[in-house]
Amino acid sequence: MEKFLLAFLVGGAICVIGQLLLDVLRLTPAHTTVTLVVAGAVLGALGLYEPLIQFAGAGASVPISSFGNALVTGALTEAERTGVVGVLTGIFEVTSAGISSAIIFAFLAALIFKPKG
Amino acid sequence: MSSKKKKKLSKTQQKYQSFAQAREPKRPVLMNCLKAFLVGGLICTVGQFFQWMYMTFFDFTEVSASNPTVASMIILAVILTGLGVYDHIAQWAGAGTIVPVTGFANTMASAAMEHRSEGYVLGVGGNMFKLSGPVITYGVFSAFVLAILRLIIEGLGGM
Repeated sequence: MEKFLLAFLVGGAICVIGQLLLDVLRLTPAHTTVTLVVAGAVLGALGLYEPLIQFAGAGASVPISSFGNALVTGALTEAERTGVVGVLTGIFEVTSAGISSAIIFAFLAALIFKPKG
Repeated sequence: MSSKKKKKLSKTQQKYQSFAQAREPKRPVLMNCLKAFLVGGLICTVGQFFQWMYMTFFDFTEVSASNPTVASMIILAVILTGLGVYDHIAQWAGAGTIVPVTGFANTMASAAMEHRSEGYVLGVGGNMFKLSGPVITYGVFSAFVLAILRLIIEGLGGM
């Protein structure tokens, strides 16, 4: 049960960082998400993001920063197995589920739904 | 606006900038942060529920479960976007809906739906990544550079 509370607190805190980037630094939403993704990639390369996922669960893996972490993690684990080429072949290995489901279901949504508002 | 940019502007433009700045509505930063915290936290709690489900009913560990969790959240976000619900929440919650992956799925689905009138290939196919493209581009490029850096440092005996 405390995992749910941790996910709420950590996930909320990451969103507050995003809101501060939007309001205080006056970034556009696109700049905000890009900043968080790059930050996640840096933390992932330093090996600091995985402990955060273990600590907060979905609170760390649902925010977009985990996308950057997953890209680096995929590249590094594949590089361990196959050498430097693994950086290229492994970069999408972990995020495959996210990207492919986003493409597939966004396309289905375009077929089924009509835009509203 | 930075002072460097300001120097390039003419007198009238500078005057306009300060005029516009004085009349821009003040952003309720604290209130926005509170909303972002609540909604973002709630979205992550829903994600935690999916993760808990994948860990108890399927054989996933804490770290590997985040993969199907993200996919489930994306499906949920696309359905809510299609029904027109997500944008209503987003207007209220700001970064609370932009920062989680659901925001990423929302930009993809809304771009795909919006450009359907331009045709399925050039409209839907070509514009799907219009808003979410920067995330993928910068994510992949920075991941590439960082992974190479890490390999070099490891090769030299550090870390």
